[in-house]
Amino acid sequence: MVEFNLPANSKVGVGKTINAANGAKRAKTFKIYRWSPEDGQNPRVDTYIVDLDKFGPMILDAIIYIKNNIDSTLTFRRSCREGICGSCAMNIDGTNTLACLKAIEDVKGDVKIYPLPHMPVVKDLVPDLKHIYAQLASIKPWLQTQSPAPSRERLQSPEDRAKLDGLYECILCFCCSTSCPSYWWNGDRYLGPSILLQAYRWIVDSRDEMTGERLDNLEDPFRLYRCHTIMNCTKACPKGLNPAKAIAEIKKLMVVRR
Amino acid sequence: MANGSGRPLSPHLQIYKFEWTMALSITHRITGVGLAVGTLLLTWWLVAAAAGPDAFARAQKFIGSGIGLLLMFGWTWALFYHLANGIRHLVWDAGYSFELKNAEKGAYIVAGASLGLTILAWIVGLAVW
Repeated sequence: MVEFNLPANSKVGVGKTINAANGAKRAKTFKIYRWSPEDGQNPRVDTYIVDLDKFGPMILDAIIYIKNNIDSTLTFRRSCREGICGSCAMNIDGTNTLACLKAIEDVKGDVKIYPLPHMPVVKDLVPDLKHIYAQLASIKPWLQTQSPAPSRERLQSPEDRAKLDGLYECILCFCCSTSCPSYWWNGDRYLGPSILLQAYRWIVDSRDEMTGERLDNLEDPFRLYRCHTIMNCTKACPKGLNPAKAIAEIKKLMVVRR
Repeated sequence: MANGSGRPLSPHLQIYKFEWTMALSITHRITGVGLAVGTLLLTWWLVAAAAGPDAFARAQKFIGSGIGLLLMFGWTWALFYHLANGIRHLVWDAGYSFELKNAEKGAYIVAGASLGLTILAWIVGLAVW
């Protein structure tokens, strides 16, 4: 359901300010969403003023610096620091992206950082991904076959392999799904751009033999058709993929098979 | 959305950067609702025309009044906007124009076309009136 306002327990207050930029030539202000399950309080935005000469150029460098040197309670996910693991997905300067791929200098003014939008918060910048992982499992993201296994690999022509370009690169960071207003309002039933792009990745795979069943599973007013081509997903994708296009291709296949 | 876990919901509309494509999408829905309401006015006008000269004169008077003209102008724009953006959706449904650049270009074209067609329709309308 559409609910524009945040529930009472989610309204965001103003938190503390820590100035760690005394004598800095290049000071920058980071405003970061904080919530702890332990203190029974509402979320708040803490302000950290830091010296940009003390760490690397990316947003992830800044929040690692803050955690290591200023406030060890700051909580976020990160791993590869090079845009391939998808762990550090968050809302930076109003759009969803990976903290490791977003340069600090690309943000004008104060850097505002929130968790991925419209998600239950586990702590600070860590959203609960249980539901979206369950949605991923629901589309069976693996090769399904009925024919007997050949003695070697299932072969694919270069042309059929090329159909997976722009799909297989998805790292499941969920920047796209959590940027989508349709997913905000109907995420309980709508699968959202990331899961639908995954679904299309298997539908279009020439080696997969369950295409019909996969389409049957998506033939639903909510699971697929809540996409209204708002395009936030494609704008947000830090890997430059196009979930909106993938969803349109699924819709086309639905028409073609009638 | 209550998630039953006691966990807060992270901010969404409150913090998300407003994009052109997003604005056009919500405008499409608003103009659709507006047009549905406008159909009531059209129905009233037609019923009045069938009911006789007095009723028709009353309807004409309201539509010709300042507020009536303002409403008509709004509905003209809503109609052309919904039409133009509907064609944009048709192109998308055919699988084209998903590249970000083109999607944004489409947004500008729809915004421009809806304004241009509205003004054109009113120039023609007022000339005939």
